[in-house]
Amino acid sequence: MYKIIERRMIVPNLHEFTVEAPAVAESVKPGNFIIVRADQYGERIPLSVADWDRQAGTVTSIFMQVGGSTARLARLKPGDTIPTFVGPLGKETVIENVGTILCVGGCYGIGSIYPVARAMREAGNKVYTLLEARSSFLLYWEDKLAAVSDKVFVITRDGTKGQKGHIAKLPELMQRAGITPQLVIVNGCTFQMMRVSMATKPLGWKTIVNMNPIMIDGTGMCGVCRLSVGGKTKFACVDGPDFDGHEIDWAEFLARRKSYNPEEVDPLRRSSCQSHF
Amino acid sequence: MAEEKPEKKKLDLNRQPMPKQDHWERIRNFDEVALGYPTEVAVKEASRCLQCKKPLCNQGCPVGIDIPGFIRHTVEGDFGSGIRTIKETNALPAICGRVCPQEEQCEKSCILGKKGAPIAIGRLERFLADWEAAHGKIEVPKMSPKTGKKVAIVGAGPAGITVSNDLIILGHDVTIFEALHECGGVLIYGIPEFRLPKAIVNREVEYVRSLGVKIHTDYVVGKTRTVDRLLEEFDALFVGSGAGLPWFMEIPGENLNGVYSANEYLTRVNLMKGFRFPEYQTPVKRPCRVAVVGGGNVAMDSARTAIRLGADEVHLVYRRSRAELPARAEEAENAEEEGVIFDLLTLPVRLFGDENGWVREIECLKMELGEADASGRRKPVPVEGSNFRVPFDAVVIAIGNSPNPLIPMTTPGLEISKKGGIVTQPETARTSRVNIWAGGDIVRGAATVISAMGDGRIAAASMHKYLMNRE
Repeated sequence: MYKIIERRMIVPNLHEFTVEAPAVAESVKPGNFIIVRADQYGERIPLSVADWDRQAGTVTSIFMQVGGSTARLARLKPGDTIPTFVGPLGKETVIENVGTILCVGGCYGIGSIYPVARAMREAGNKVYTLLEARSSFLLYWEDKLAAVSDKVFVITRDGTKGQKGHIAKLPELMQRAGITPQLVIVNGCTFQMMRVSMATKPLGWKTIVNMNPIMIDGTGMCGVCRLSVGGKTKFACVDGPDFDGHEIDWAEFLARRKSYNPEEVDPLRRSSCQSHF
Repeated sequence: MAEEKPEKKKLDLNRQPMPKQDHWERIRNFDEVALGYPTEVAVKEASRCLQCKKPLCNQGCPVGIDIPGFIRHTVEGDFGSGIRTIKETNALPAICGRVCPQEEQCEKSCILGKKGAPIAIGRLERFLADWEAAHGKIEVPKMSPKTGKKVAIVGAGPAGITVSNDLIILGHDVTIFEALHECGGVLIYGIPEFRLPKAIVNREVEYVRSLGVKIHTDYVVGKTRTVDRLLEEFDALFVGSGAGLPWFMEIPGENLNGVYSANEYLTRVNLMKGFRFPEYQTPVKRPCRVAVVGGGNVAMDSARTAIRLGADEVHLVYRRSRAELPARAEEAENAEEEGVIFDLLTLPVRLFGDENGWVREIECLKMELGEADASGRRKPVPVEGSNFRVPFDAVVIAIGNSPNPLIPMTTPGLEISKKGGIVTQPETARTSRVNIWAGGDIVRGAATVISAMGDGRIAAASMHKYLMNRE
């Protein structure tokens, strides 16, 4: 059993989730994910890793409450235990000195881009960070990211902070700031990763996306996380989760992501007489 | 042919039938199909054995069980001695009795089989194992004094459990590292409840635990810690990390929604208990028309699972003919009884989806059998222009898998075959690294439970020798 150190709603619907798992904390690297089950009936769900403390033996993720399984995670309190917390899984993000890097984060990815930005800065890169949210009240960890970035840019849909608009404004924003990154790394929802890839492709900016498909074992056995990259089938859990965003078949990926939407939401419609608080 | 000598006892050429759940009943539940021999039936079946002076049956067994020996004890009604005889060489008889391909191994060389039905060795093995469990007297073997040597086992599947059982008895300190949240490997995530009840697997896992084997679940060797990091603490390591990436046919449409690898489909149902959704939170689809591609045990398991999940029509699509089906004969018969339709000599060539990316149709080719190929089976050849399309709303691909890539990817100096498996010396199960052994699907690709156990037995003997002669 793994002890919950912290679980708090950090902004509406997004939770910061810290678990005691010394073996995972010892080996985790930027770009990895873990698989978690909320209870003994639970589904195995992958969560991107957002931070860790090797000495304390803890690992932190940010997750969004979307369906039944994440709703169960969202009801956990510090001191509670969960039966499964396994990782670190997937290949880590390749950290090297390439010059100028643009880290893009959205949704839970504002969390998981943080260790990437930190490691890229430590490797000697100039690191710019771009965060996107619907509105300013959905932003978090801006101070943490500012501490590891040369500059943090913000785009909000409603214009309450930074540039008003959508992530498609990325090239315009960078042009105005006079920044030409050698590498763009995106952690966020599928739609955001796709839009960034579409925007950077004509500019020829190499773009790495941290993919987030449905998984079960997460160790290269079941094959549910497959996606087409450059016309070839790849398995996100062992070949990724980082891939070249310009090579991904996004339409196929979006369809596969949605394949269990009805079942994800179904348990939320039931009143199960459990204490919901 | 020489004239036959008169037999001392009258040959009984018919084996005792296995009592089973009726097919109309069992398609509505996930309970075990084969119910096991009652005592008197087991004794009757055992008494058909000729007790050959030079038995061939045990030569067909990958772990070399003294088959005539345990059958003789069964005839005498001394079931305790019978199970003890089996356990001298087989740590998991309740499992092997259920899932071994006996007709390809021990029963294949039974002399009775030349004139009638071979003796039902697997069913008798199962009977003795179940008898032992039911009588609550699982015997603990004599344990050797502690050697102080530490052994790490990667994977709690049939290979890993066998190695840990053998080495703990020999006095070594054994720790298993299992990636999933439950132990058993393919016995838990792959083989369905109706063929191998999970209570039996758990019983065997608890047994090795009771002998002192330590087990860490949720521990992915290669990721949580690498093999080399573990070897700083352990004197020797066995890799039994099992099956890896499922194979697909590499035809258009395979990434459509509704197309599953058998590993995914079976894991959702068996390990994650998706058939009890939403009590268990892992969903599994319940489509109406299911095509399962392949002809092995995994294909049969997938097809029979689809029937139990309420499909109207389940087709097994196999490119060779009935005679070449690699599945256990009993499972193919069960599948047919349960209503699985066999589309033989049929090869899918393309999958068609709807506008939302869900599979809707399969295009197939008719095949005919040509010359024998490398495997000795007649090679299926497409009949030109025989393309036809059939509607399906789910397709399960059960054509095999490669060995798991995690350990090969993260362990330098380990020799890997072209197919991605760890290369071992067959007589010792040793890898190219001095203190690493390997066995089961990580070496063979998709093979059988008993061959994994056979590898485990060989590895354990070699590891013991290495550990004792060291220094």
